[in-house]
This record gives sequence, C-alpha cells and structure tokens, in this order.
Amino acid sequence: MLALIIRRLAQSVLVMLFVALIAFVMFRYVGDPIASMVGVETRIAEQEIMRDRLGLNDPVFMQFLRFIGNAVQGQFGISYRLQQPVSELIMSRLPATIELAFASATIALIGGVALGVFTALRQGSFATGAIMAASLVGVSLPTFLIGIALIYIFAVELGWLPSFGRGQVVELGWWRTGLLTESGLRSIILPAITLSLFQLTLIMRLVRAEMLEVMRTEYIRFARARGLSDKAINFGHALRNTLVPVITITGLQLGSVIAFAIVTETVFQWPGVGSLFITSVQVVDVPVMAAYLMFIAFVFVVINLIVDILYFAVDPRLRVDGGAAGK
Amino acid sequence: MKSNLKRALFAILASTALVTAASAETVRWARVSDALTLDPHSQNQGITHTFAHHIYETLVDRDIDGALTPRLATEWMIKEGDPNTWVFKLREGVTFHDGSAFTAEDVVFSLDRARSEKSNMRQLHVDVAEVVAVDDYTVEVTMKGPSPLYPNNLTNTFIMDKTWSETNDVVEVQDYAAGADNYAVRNANGTGPYILRSREVDVRSELTVNENHWAETKPAVTEIIYLPISDALTRVAALLSGNVDIVQDVPVQDIERLAATPGIKVETGPENRVIYLGYKFGDEPLQSSDVTDRNPFNDPRVREAMELAIDRDAIKAVVMRGQAIPTGVATPPFVDGWTEELDAYPAVDLDRARALLAEAGFPDGFTVTLDTPNNRYVNDEAISQAVVGMLGRIGIRVTLASRPIAQHSPIILNNQTDFYLLGWGVPTFDSAYIFNDLAHTKSGSLGAYNVGLYTNPELDVKIQSLGTEVDLEKRAATIAEIWEVVKADRVLLPLHNQVLAYAMKDRITLPVHPENQPRMTSVTFAD
Amino acid sequence: MTNDPMTTRQIEPVIPPRPPGLLRQALDSDMFYSWRNSPVTIVATFTAAALILVALLAPWIAPYNPFNPATLNLMDGFTPPMSEGAFSDNWFLMGADHQGRDVFSTIMYGSRVSLFVGAMATLFAMTLGVGLGLASGYNGGTIDAVIMRIADIQLSFPAILIALLIFGVARGLIPPSQQESMAIWVLIFAIGLSNWAQFARTVRGATMVERQKDYVAAARIMGVHPALILLRHILPNVLGPVLVIGTIGLALAIIEEATLSFLGVGVPPTQPSLGTLIRIGQQYLFSGEWWILFFPAVTLVLLALSVNLLGDWLRDALNPKLR
Repeated sequence: MLALIIRRLAQSVLVMLFVALIAFVMFRYVGDPIASMVGVETRIAEQEIMRDRLGLNDPVFMQFLRFIGNAVQGQFGISYRLQQPVSELIMSRLPATIELAFASATIALIGGVALGVFTALRQGSFATGAIMAASLVGVSLPTFLIGIALIYIFAVELGWLPSFGRGQVVELGWWRTGLLTESGLRSIILPAITLSLFQLTLIMRLVRAEMLEVMRTEYIRFARARGLSDKAINFGHALRNTLVPVITITGLQLGSVIAFAIVTETVFQWPGVGSLFITSVQVVDVPVMAAYLMFIAFVFVVINLIVDILYFAVDPRLRVDGGAAGK
Repeated sequence: MKSNLKRALFAILASTALVTAASAETVRWARVSDALTLDPHSQNQGITHTFAHHIYETLVDRDIDGALTPRLATEWMIKEGDPNTWVFKLREGVTFHDGSAFTAEDVVFSLDRARSEKSNMRQLHVDVAEVVAVDDYTVEVTMKGPSPLYPNNLTNTFIMDKTWSETNDVVEVQDYAAGADNYAVRNANGTGPYILRSREVDVRSELTVNENHWAETKPAVTEIIYLPISDALTRVAALLSGNVDIVQDVPVQDIERLAATPGIKVETGPENRVIYLGYKFGDEPLQSSDVTDRNPFNDPRVREAMELAIDRDAIKAVVMRGQAIPTGVATPPFVDGWTEELDAYPAVDLDRARALLAEAGFPDGFTVTLDTPNNRYVNDEAISQAVVGMLGRIGIRVTLASRPIAQHSPIILNNQTDFYLLGWGVPTFDSAYIFNDLAHTKSGSLGAYNVGLYTNPELDVKIQSLGTEVDLEKRAATIAEIWEVVKADRVLLPLHNQVLAYAMKDRITLPVHPENQPRMTSVTFAD
Repeated sequence: MTNDPMTTRQIEPVIPPRPPGLLRQALDSDMFYSWRNSPVTIVATFTAAALILVALLAPWIAPYNPFNPATLNLMDGFTPPMSEGAFSDNWFLMGADHQGRDVFSTIMYGSRVSLFVGAMATLFAMTLGVGLGLASGYNGGTIDAVIMRIADIQLSFPAILIALLIFGVARGLIPPSQQESMAIWVLIFAIGLSNWAQFARTVRGATMVERQKDYVAAARIMGVHPALILLRHILPNVLGPVLVIGTIGLALAIIEEATLSFLGVGVPPTQPSLGTLIRIGQQYLFSGEWWILFFPAVTLVLLALSVNLLGDWLRDALNPKLR
C-alpha cells in the first residue's frame, strides 16, 4: 500500500520534472530574456553585465537546477508585460478561474446526469434522438461561437445577463469571490454554461452508456424479478452504480476544464488565469507562459494522484494487483 | 498644527458641499487595455499616460485645441539674459494624496527621475543639462542649447513626491531585469484629481475624487471604474447591455448601430495621429522580395507608382466607413507646419503607376511582405489588407504579416521590416517632433522610428537647426522647406488621419480628445 | 511448410470462381448495410463529400478568386447577399466582406485551408501516434513505459493549450520575416503534436493483443524483421480503430484550427481559413452585416458535424459489440 503510493508519488515528481524541463527550455531559449527586458537603447556591455547578474552565463545544468529551485518556491520571475512577479499575478487570477470551473462542472454534472439517465431510460423515443443529435451538434460547435451567440442573445438582444467580467467581487482574505454578490452570480451564468457544454455532452454520453450496461446486468434483472418498482430500480440501483465512474471522470476533467477555460475567458473577458495566458502568448511573455504550464501540470498531477489513491482505498482488488489503477 | 486644522475643516466643508451640490456620479469606463504600470516614468505609452493623468499631474497641460495651459506650473518663461534656461513658477497650496506639500524639490526630483537612464521618458528630456530649485515655488531648467519649445515636451512628464519615493525606495525607475519589484508600479501618490482606491491589473481599477484637489471647479464624476476589455465585440456588447457607461475604443463599423440605439450616443472627432506606410531605403536588396539584386523601393518611380495605386478615398469609404481624413502628408492638421497644399494627394492612376514600374525595371512587379499591427490603430489590419489588394493591381504582390502591436514594435524598432504600417501621434504639436524621429538619419537618439533608414545629410542639418532656432519665423520657413523635401522624396506614404469615436450613455458627454487621452474631469452630465 | 503458396499452386491448379466485383463486394458488406440503414449517416456522408469536393475544386468552380486583387473592388465591400456590387458587375450570392471579396468564394477557399490544415495535422498525428504505438506495444518494457507516460502527460493537457504553447514557442524561434510563410506549418505541427496520444494508446493496446497471437510468434521465430511483422501483420489489424480515431480527430483538428485562428494565432488574414473568416466576421455582428459571420460559421459547423457523424457511425459499424 505504502509502496504503491510512494511509486505514484515518484512518478508524479518525474512528470513535474519533465514539464519543468519544457518550461525551462521555453523560458531560456524562446527569445532572448535580456532583449525582452531592456529597451533597444541599452548598450551591449550593460547587457553582458545583466546577463552575468542573472546567471545566464552559468552552465545550463546549473541554470535548470536554479529554475527548479525557484519554481518549488513558487518563483517564476517577473512578467515582461506587466512587470510584476508572475506567481502573484497567477494567484490573483486563480479564484476567478476556479469559481468558473466549479460552476461549469456543476452544470455539466447535473445536466449530464439528468440527460444521460433520461436518454438511457427512454431509448428509441423521439426526445432521445433529438438530445443525442443535439449533443453531437454541441461537440461540433466551437466554444467561441457558442460564447458569441450567448452574448448576442442574452446580453445584447434580451439584456438579461451581463456580457463580460465577474461583476462585483468581495474579498475574503486573498480570495476574491464573485459568488456572494448578485451581479457576480449573474455574471457567471453565461461563461459557465459556455464552458460546461462540452463536458455536459461527455458526461451525458458516459452516463447513458453506463446505465445501459448496468441495466443489462443480472443484478438488475434480479431486482426486477424481486418486484421492485421501476423507480427504485432505476435510481436506487442502476444510477447509483453508474455514479462512481461518472464522478471520477468529472473530477479528472476538472483540470482540463481549468485549461479549457482559455477560450471562454477570452470571449467573456473573464479575469482568470486563462485570459492571462492568452495575452501572454500573444506578446510572448515567456515567464507567465512557463509558470502557467507548470501550474496546470501541477493541478493534473495532484488530481490524478488523489484519484489513484481513492481508487486504491475503494477497490480492494487493486491492492493485490498493484499499480494497475488508472484512468 | 494650524494647517492640519485648516485641512480638516476644509475636508469637512468639501464633503458637505459635495452632498448638497451634486450626488455622487460613478462612471464605468471601458477601454481596450490596461495601463501597463503606475510608475509614471516607466512607459511612454498613450494608454498608460491617459490613466496616469487622473492620478498624477504634469507641469503644463494641453487643452482640447492643442494650446498649452498651466497645471502644476502657473507660468513659464525663458530666463532673462539666459536663452538656455527655462523658469517655471509653481502652483502654491497643492498637496499630494498622502497630504504632503508639493514643492520645487518634487519637481527637481521628478524631472531628474524622468531623464534618468532607466526612464522611458528620457527621449523628451535629452536636451536638459540641469534642473535646480531656486526657491520653494520656482524651478529653473537649464538646457544644453536654446530650446524654445521645451515646455511642449512636458505634457506627459508627471510629478512624483520626493519623500514618498524615498520612503518606498522608488527613487529609481524600476529595473525589472534585476528581478526588482517596484512599489511605484502598483501604488501611486500624485496630486491629481482622483485617488487610486483599488487596482487589479488587466481587470478593474477604482478611483475616487480627490476632495483636496487645488482646482476650483470640482469634476462631475466622483468615482471612476476603469475596465479594460480587449475584445472589441465584448466591449461594444458591454455598452449595449448597459454594463459600462463609456467605451473609448469603438470599432468604426459599430458607430452607426450604437448611435441608433436609444440611450446611447457617439462622439467622433479627429485624432492628432497620422497613419502611414513606410518602406526600406538603401541599395541593399529586400529580405522578403523576389528581387534579389537591388531594392525596388529605393527607386523614386516605384514609390510614386505605389502612391498612385493606393486609393485613399476607397479606404476611407469602405474600410473606415467614412471615419478617416485622407492625407498626402505625414502630419495631422493639428501640427505647426501643416498646410493645405502639403495635405493634397494625387488621384489614383493605375496606368501611370504601371508605366512607372515598368520604367523602373519592374514590368511584372515584385513581391514583398507588409508588416502590420492588428490591434493598435483603427482597423489597422483591414487597411493593410486593402493596401495589399490595391498594390496587387499594379503587380506588386504583397504578403501580409499581421501581428499584435507587442510583436510588431520590436520588428519596427530593430528595422527588421521591408514594408510596414505605422501610426504617428504628435504630442508636441510641432513638426520637429516628426522630423526628429521619422526623417532624420538613424543615429543616437535621433531617427528612432526612421524604420526605412532613409538618410539625407542636408536634411539632417536643417532638422537639427530647428531645435535651437529662436527666431520663430525663420524656424517656420525651415520647417516648410523640410516638408517639401520629405513629401517630394516620399520618405513615407501617408494614408489618412485617424478619427476617434467614443460611445457613451446619452446623459454623459465626453468630447473626443485629439491625443486620445480623455479626462474624466471633462465629463458633463445632461441632467 | 505445406501451405507454401508456390507448391500449392503447382499441385492443384484450380480456377477460382469469378470473384464478385469490388463494388458488389462493397455493396453486400455489413458496413454498407449499416450505412444504408442510417439516414443521418447518409446525409452526413453527402454533406461531407460535397464540402470536401467544393474545397478541393475551389480554384476551378468558385465564382471569383478572392485572392486575385485584379478582380476585387474594395468599393464593393459589404454588399448584401444575392445582390450586385455597386461598383462592379460582380454578383454576390452570400454577399461581400469588408474587402469586397465574395463571401461564397472565400468560404470555398477557406474550407480548403481548414481541411488542408486539419487533414495534414491528423495525418501527422496519425503517423506519429501509430508509429509510437506500434513501437510501444511491440517492444514493451522501458520504451513502452516512457512513451506511455509521455502520452499520459499529453492526454491530460487539452490539445488547445499544447497547440498554443507550441505556437508561442515557434513565434519566439522563427525570425519575423519567415513567420507568415511558416504559419500554416507551425499550425499543422502544433495541432498534430497535440493529438497523437489517442492513436498511440489505441494502437499500443491492439498491438499487444496481436503480438501474443500464434502467427506473429511464428513469424518471429522464422526471423522475419520486426519492422516487416509490424507492417504486414499487425498494422492491418489495428487500422479499424485508427480510422475511427482519425475521422473524429479530423473534426477535432478542424475545430482546433478554427479556435486558434479565432484567438489570433492561426493563418494570416490574406489566406484565411474558416476560423479566420469567423474572427473577421464577428467584428460585424452588431453592425448588421451578418452574412460575413453567418455563412462561414454555418459551413464550419456543417463540416465538423458531418465528419463527427461519420466518425460516430464508423465506430459503431466497426465495433458490432456496441450495437
């Protein structure tokens, strides 16, 4: 048990090192860090002095070690564009993204499970066909088009909901939340829906497939034979068995929701890390890009680790088998 | 002690006056991007300056017609008997937001900081030799030679508090290469009409009116919420859906729709900015062309052919929807030296253009890449696209390289382009500013934006003479001569002067500012 | 070695019954049966085929060449659909855009760019993924572990993020004068590199199964070169799933390209893809020139949807267990 966790941890550290290497290569070799920092008028001799002072003349291996050392302490240097420490920038943008990700995951989970159950139980009905077709349309619609359409309909034409930003925020320590004010709650609706649609179709299809699978099992037939009501069978037995993988997948997807938010945040001017990242890509603000990459990798590693350990705790069979747990 | 009492009394009076006179008015002001920094000397950039003007103040200001007006300096004159020295009389009774008094010491400190090595405002103060405080409210600026127009350079040089800067260790402009975080980047202490209440970079800044401000008329806007919204569609949608009150950067295509929307109006007006094309001079072959043995742009006939092929009126009518003022000279009408004759441009003549190209030895045209920004000027990318089509009609096959301004400017500053689009604003309202940067041979601090590396030694001498010429009539004559050469040589290929549009709620009026630096102090309310 | 083909033929010279024609074979197949019984799939097939054909033939069938400045008239800009330009004889089925280009023609050329980028990127991802998957599944051990770990990392990052990163890095590395001509290849590389892992995983799994089978073991004992075994015996067996992933991957790649172009990091506006056309068109959403946005957007959705439907059907058809 302990051995497995240690092995998983070691693997996670390896993954982080690998991502750190990519981030470092980017940081060091994409553009000249000095050229990005100084104006065109700085003389060559001064640039050399700065190069020395920043340690850019040290052996590459030393530089990489120092990069990791700094990264562990959460230091990624100073944004070329905004001239502020990158870690502070990311921390100040993080609450917005996390709130958006959770809101959209909630919508995706509730909507996806409901539609999935419905389509599984009403197989072959017209509504099911329509929902299944609509789900494919949803997958084929690029997120940015959905966002633009929602803004046009609900913000501009109908004027029901705000078109951009987070509305009024309240500070809880360092965490700025938009979930405690009316304008904040209204603001999150459109971006959360936009971001959730893709995950919603995913969850819906998963729930449907799992439900159909479970319904075929002996155990359900037996329950039916026992004379249990449809309702009890559908929700008490079938759905409950379906939910474990669904929740796992939703958890695993949370990380990608955070990363997927890039497009949604751009369209809705949502002040999260995703829009910070896209601005940074456009102006080649490498410290922010490198830090964002490390941040996302960290989120994934942590989520994966938790899921693995949970699996292990829940399913005794894995204890014999060893590390076969996975996604 | 006494002064403290007075101030407290004044504050109480002011606040009661406010309650009775006008209720609090909040304005939500949306713009394309945020100020890059709060450090007033760290970036020489319009959006950053516009924001800073609300918190910090300059010695002199410019009114909407371009004339200099007093701000922190009440008068300024050339010192009697010393043509090289400017004397500034300072306003008395001004305090910074933290309560400390504004004196000559702060001005000396700020001007020295603005012309220090790491300052981005250095360019405007290169001719300064020394700044000294004569008494608490008099400052003398000694120049390296006669500089009759130096006060024109001061409209964006902000005054900081010396004590505050020393306390917070921001005496030097931020050296972020050294990894130094600088207090002044995120905090401000100015004398301006508004006080920074909170700021979240790229997201939202809140300013409240400075009750202790020296100006007699209090601004109607008592609270500003500044909201950078980069996407044009989202920005316009924000106004249409009532989430903001003023949108400063309105796309031309949306003017009609906005103006027709009940409750919204649009103010338009010319900006002091010309949009032009530039090309590489010199014999060396171009990097992006299929002509590898010489530089087609170096042939005056090719430059003439290009001018004849470009239909400025069509660009105005379609791309700019009428919101542009086509011009034949690379200076806006606001600037001293502009004349109607210079402004004239030739009619489109494709046959003549083709003939000129053939004469120059390019009967089949040539290829070249046009570098254009896509988020800096009004419809910049679309203008360039139209230029590509128009030049294509005479056989010049242009590839368009479109980039955000942040990537476009290094290419411009390092002369890595053969053919480019750029805009030029003239904060000094004087032709010399244009010549110094765009027409003078690139050397030292001169010709910084002479991207095409045009060089004309005779012209350089004349340009340099402008800086020290005290006889204004003679100076004007030299300016006219220089313009003649610049236009005849087609150093640049001007397209139009930009027109700005601000959209706002009906009851608000914010006139268009010719430098696109509107002040919320100038906002009036209808009711 | 009794089943040596040479000897067999010498001993027993049989005249095989005339094999049914290829067409007949195809029409009789299970695949065709399932195709014919799914009206949605039939519609999707024809839509996709029509769109692809139009894109391929654009230079010959488009009413105008939107990239030939000689036929353009800027003054025709913003002509509404189904009307004639005010300054030329050009007639615009879907209206003209802000440069006086025929929207119908730009869509034809735009789909061409979109499909080219999508197809090349998918092909690149497929080659890379299948190659690595085969190597991983056949060799096992350390190679397998390393490749699969990388695939894990890659799969946990959304494709769009990886593509953006690659694009950002490329911007920093390529000199400005080359950037425009390289843009399309950078895009293909970026999208391709963000989609290979699915291929690798599937192929690896199938390869591991095939590897255990007797005929592969026999070939190995006979000393057949591993590359030949992979190519001849294993590859054909994994093609089905690869085709399914490839089809869905094509739809994904097209959407990804559109998203990147929309974010402003895609192809240049003078050689627009559908995504670039949408990015340009959305600027005119409020000003009433809806056709500049609407038609490219509908085309993109139709293209992605029909390819997605085909992929969906293909998955079910090739995998009878799911039915």
